[in-house]
Amino acid sequence: MWQQMLHFRPLRRNMERLMKPILLAAGGAFLATIATAETPVLNVLTYDSFTSEWGPGPAIEAGFEASCACDVQFQTAGDGAALLARLQLEGAATTADVVVGLDTNLADAARKTGLFAPVTPAETTLPVAYTDANFIPFDWGWFAFVYDKKQLASPPKSLAELADSDVKIIIQDPRSSTPGLGLVLWVKAAYGDGAAALWEKLADNIVTVTPGWSEAYGMFLEGQADMVLSYTTSPAYHLIAENDDSKAAAPFDEGHFMQIELAGKLAGSDQPALADQFLTYLLGDAAQTALITTNWMYPARTPAAGLPKGFETLITPAKSLTIPADEVETMRQAAVDEWQAALAK
Amino acid sequence: MASRTGKIAALVAAFGMGLPIIASLGFLVPHANIAQVTAADMAALRFTLLQAALSAAVSCLLAIPLARALFRTRFWGRRAVIRLISAPFILPSLAAVMGLLAVFGRGGVVNDALLAAGGTPISIFGLGGVVLAHVFLNLPLATRMLLDGWAAIPTERFRLAQGLSFDRKAMFLHLEWPMLRALLPSAFAVIFLVCLTSFSVALILGGGPKATTVELGIYQSLRFEFDLTRAANLALMQTTLCLFAVLVMGAVWRPSGFGAGLDRALRLRGQWLDGFVIGLAALFFALPLAGIAARGLAGVNDLPNGFWMAAARSIFIAVTAAFLATWAALMLALAQSRGAGIWAELAAMLPLGTSSLALGVGAFLALRPLIAPQSAVITLAIFFNAAMALPFVYRLLLPACREVQGSYARLMSSLGMPYWAMLRVVFLPRLAPMIGFGLGLSAAMAMGDFGVIALFGHSDQPTLPILAARVMGAYQMQAAASVTLWLILIAFALFWLFDHFGGRDAKA
Repeated sequence: MWQQMLHFRPLRRNMERLMKPILLAAGGAFLATIATAETPVLNVLTYDSFTSEWGPGPAIEAGFEASCACDVQFQTAGDGAALLARLQLEGAATTADVVVGLDTNLADAARKTGLFAPVTPAETTLPVAYTDANFIPFDWGWFAFVYDKKQLASPPKSLAELADSDVKIIIQDPRSSTPGLGLVLWVKAAYGDGAAALWEKLADNIVTVTPGWSEAYGMFLEGQADMVLSYTTSPAYHLIAENDDSKAAAPFDEGHFMQIELAGKLAGSDQPALADQFLTYLLGDAAQTALITTNWMYPARTPAAGLPKGFETLITPAKSLTIPADEVETMRQAAVDEWQAALAK
Repeated sequence: MASRTGKIAALVAAFGMGLPIIASLGFLVPHANIAQVTAADMAALRFTLLQAALSAAVSCLLAIPLARALFRTRFWGRRAVIRLISAPFILPSLAAVMGLLAVFGRGGVVNDALLAAGGTPISIFGLGGVVLAHVFLNLPLATRMLLDGWAAIPTERFRLAQGLSFDRKAMFLHLEWPMLRALLPSAFAVIFLVCLTSFSVALILGGGPKATTVELGIYQSLRFEFDLTRAANLALMQTTLCLFAVLVMGAVWRPSGFGAGLDRALRLRGQWLDGFVIGLAALFFALPLAGIAARGLAGVNDLPNGFWMAAARSIFIAVTAAFLATWAALMLALAQSRGAGIWAELAAMLPLGTSSLALGVGAFLALRPLIAPQSAVITLAIFFNAAMALPFVYRLLLPACREVQGSYARLMSSLGMPYWAMLRVVFLPRLAPMIGFGLGLSAAMAMGDFGVIALFGHSDQPTLPILAARVMGAYQMQAAASVTLWLILIAFALFWLFDHFGGRDAKA
């Protein structure tokens, strides 16, 4: 029995040997994040994918820092809805100066936090008139069902036709994702009181519902469904970044619901001038150009050079659907309940 | 002396791990309002219970023949197979879903084979898919728990049974059944509780809002509606279920009562059926893993910026959390096996029944007046990951602690051994394989955790799972799959290292 103690010794020694480099590496990682800056810091709260090396974050950070004599630091949350939840959680204690990545469906709830300062409306090239006292649009897109032209020769031409067909689709959950909520509002905007009936007909087309956009899009690319809820601009990513023209968005007769992404300035910011400067920069040519091929959305103000080659191949919906921000808040819960009830049958 | 030191150590562990959880929940509780529980919440509760119970039952049932076959059969590469079948448990849930889709989804191996054979393709989506995924993720844990149970039956009992010419039925009734009766409630409860807080797997494979779990409700109410009342209601619902499950498990548990053996190894003869069972299980586990590897391999050298820093951060969090969890689990399991009563059990199992999202928000509300929660995010991640792993490690250590305590209690007390000597000389050597396994398991689990950092992280502090999610959101599915593959490889390496250095590794 006492001898077995010896068996345990090597375990401890080996653990130490194993742990040392790991701890050293991690300690280094820790210290590296403590580096302090003397220049003023502009804290930008945005969604996660914005700051990835493929997102607009790095270009916008470098571009703005070149002229502002400041340090741009990103704080992140999962997506637009998570940004709002984070702000609600932090309240007035938030250290963010600017928020980038809310959308029109969240604008009213965001305004009600009372955390946002008024902004001067910016001139935009949006296809619909949009002004808001607290937010400026920085990019936008139309929701659409994206498919693979090689797999689906004749895609449905409307939501109704989709519902009658046996085309399989993947959508996002409106309770946890902004595109998912966009689709529910799309159906509501197009069908009003008939929305529930349409959802009941759509139920057998829906392979599954994912928590967020990435899971749905990933599953579509792996062939789990014929179509996926995304944006009319998604095929541009495949065309421009991957040289792959097999993806397309299907134009629907009912029109397409718009998502307009918004940025705002926090009233409690300790860098209000920098924040204003940043918002102006965000709508400038450099940032708008970067957004097109990093966020894969339409620019809120088309840059002088126009849209990059490849965008002319995208569909342009005949009709843009929107719901005014102040109506979304009252409509959202009922529309999601309707969706849930129809699909749970 | 010994018992007082032990009790103090266990109390420190219980308070250290339990108090912050209770405090975090405490900041949510005032928001609860039972009158606002909706019909949809109740439907979510029913589905949650149904899928969790089914998943736990199927996992336990399948674990019996598998663990038995693995126990009885000796073959080249057995240890590798045992480690392979432990792998799914540590997979991040989205990776597991993608792996399963590669096998059971549209255009997957199974459907291709069915089509080739002239059959109709199956759809993985629905309750069946949810249970399948949960079995894939949790069968490894159940199998490992039972395998250790078989290994813990003293060799002498098997020899005696052979000497008495027990037939197979008698062998089962007198040796295996008492062990199973002691372990199965534990395995069932742990898996039930894991599946209780499932969210992505249930939603994606469940095929729609029919498959809404309580955890999704918490996520929705915190992330989308910022409805603290609903979040608090649902979080309390979940915690109550957890406490109930722990109490039921405590009530049905019976000691196996084998007594001590001389820790000698046993050679038993396997049967062809055992080989078949092992082969089938290996296939079930290996195919989706191969699917995940295939997805990630293409871009395995083309990693996003900041990958290695994120990896170092993840490893630091994982390893620190693993030691914290295992230490606390050991103290609590020791106390429980030495008759501390239900409090040690509850303290150890509490984290399983709490939503990590609810915990995160509770902690945020609790910390907000004191410090900027972002500045403590690494510390919080370590603590929460340790808390989330505690129940598993505790469950792993407890049966072994009970056996050791049952066998050596009198000897230890007659020698008047002080607590720390007892721990070092009697318990640690015998628990070493389980401690190694527990460390490996908790480190690997923490590697894949999304956790609190996602809730209020800083963009320059991503961990690997967050990095994967971030690049995926920018259309980089390939890079995300590669990051995930690396994450799994690192997690598995940590698991393997700890498990290996833990010593005997289910050799018995």
